[in-house]
Amino acid sequence: MTDASAEAASAVAAAHEREWAFVLAATARVTGDLDAAEDCVQDAYAQALVHWTRGGVPAKPGAWLTTVATRRALELRRRAATAARKLPLLVPDPVDELPYDFPDERLRLVFTCCHPALAPEAQVALTLRLVCGLSTVEVARALLVSETTMQARITRAKKKIAATGIPYRVPSPSELPERLASVLDVVHLVFSSGYTAASGRQLTRPELAERGIQLARMLRLLLPGEREVSGLLALMLLTDARRAARADAAGRLVRLEDQDRSLWDRALIAEAEALVEQSLSAPPAGRYALMAAIAALHDEALTWAATDWPQIVALYDLLLAGWPSPVVALNRAVALSFVDGAAAALAAVDELGADPRLAAYPYLAATRAELLRQLGETDAAAAAYDEALLLTSNEVEAEFLTRRRAALGSP
Amino acid sequence: MGTYLVLIYDDEKRFAETPREVMADMHERHVAFIANNKASIVGGAQLTTSDTATTIRHTEGGATVTDGTFLETKEVLGGYYVIEAPDYDQALALAKQVPSIYGAIEVWPQREPGGDLKIEQ
Repeated sequence: MTDASAEAASAVAAAHEREWAFVLAATARVTGDLDAAEDCVQDAYAQALVHWTRGGVPAKPGAWLTTVATRRALELRRRAATAARKLPLLVPDPVDELPYDFPDERLRLVFTCCHPALAPEAQVALTLRLVCGLSTVEVARALLVSETTMQARITRAKKKIAATGIPYRVPSPSELPERLASVLDVVHLVFSSGYTAASGRQLTRPELAERGIQLARMLRLLLPGEREVSGLLALMLLTDARRAARADAAGRLVRLEDQDRSLWDRALIAEAEALVEQSLSAPPAGRYALMAAIAALHDEALTWAATDWPQIVALYDLLLAGWPSPVVALNRAVALSFVDGAAAALAAVDELGADPRLAAYPYLAATRAELLRQLGETDAAAAAYDEALLLTSNEVEAEFLTRRRAALGSP
Repeated sequence: MGTYLVLIYDDEKRFAETPREVMADMHERHVAFIANNKASIVGGAQLTTSDTATTIRHTEGGATVTDGTFLETKEVLGGYYVIEAPDYDQALALAKQVPSIYGAIEVWPQREPGGDLKIEQ
């Protein structure tokens, strides 16, 4: 590869990551149809590779791509080549003349992809496909499903958008809180699917976690006043800051309490702390703001023992009051074991064991096992580890549980 | 502008044990919904109980007629509205105002008439 083509290729890759959503949203306004816009944008990126190799990378790659994609869109529309589509993903009031300045319409794209009438897994897939510009193959690989399944999932979601008339717009102020919550859940799901891969040999899929953080950064630029956006970004940064310490050299899981805290990314933590403050700047505290505040207390503690556990339990109480969830209740029980002891925590965990939603949740059994071990109930602890092992499908986590079980030294 | 079918499913067996004033209140809420959304409501009706329904199946030997509904579920179709809305969000917002005590509301977009018959250019 020549220098010029290598430079062009890396500039195209960078522009793909940074500009895709902007270019697609702008082009959709010209095509009047999201599917057609996708084709034009893909075409523009292909052309960029050729032109930028020959003529150098333009000063504003995003503007170059938008101009090329929208010109193509206008040309196609004039030729009415897209008129024959049966169920176009309609965009209202397509513009007929190319404007000099394209307004930023990425939010419309985001709110359409994360519409609550779509299945959650479809929202995630569409967001990765349309907002992040991942190919269907990449989305399938990232979410660990087959390409055929993913293709069908995306097609079905697009069909529902077209058939129902899900509007391509930013929701009105009265709808915004509810709709934004659904967008934030999608972004969080993208991040957490990357943070602990549901199955497979690798503990994390950093590329997906990275996409989640990029999405949250984008939302923060577009909706600067929304405190929950700051809360979600902070939560993800605080979690990601521990990435280097989360697995040892052999790729084995290291628990938060055993992690080498000098490996944590202090710059990320500092950035996130400012965001936590912002997210809690006015009442009522949102769900992500509270989760971020809990993560911040962990990241600020110099040692596991020095963690402010009473404060963490108090934050979990607030979280549970507003958003009851058995998973959050389980985390609270863990924190409680450092305030009121293992026996009190075990009682709380056993109470949760009756919840059918946690029946197949490996962390419940794993938490019981740890508490039983602390209480010296070795046999019961071993049985709980066995149960957790049956339920987890992540190999790195399974290896960790096996090690813990072996350390009991009996049955 | 789209047309949407709003289906009201409810547990009709429980209606028998429901206090009369609760039933009357639900009726009032339907009346209010209709009055408040006259411009958007194209049609609709309350249906008689599901034990009066009949299922017809086309088989090789002709149409077989059987007593009862096609699906055996606790919640059965009790009524419907046909509404018009500029987009799906507004259709959903309208449908959220439709009362249902024990069941759920479904919103189905109607296919554009002749959508399949368009000739490709």
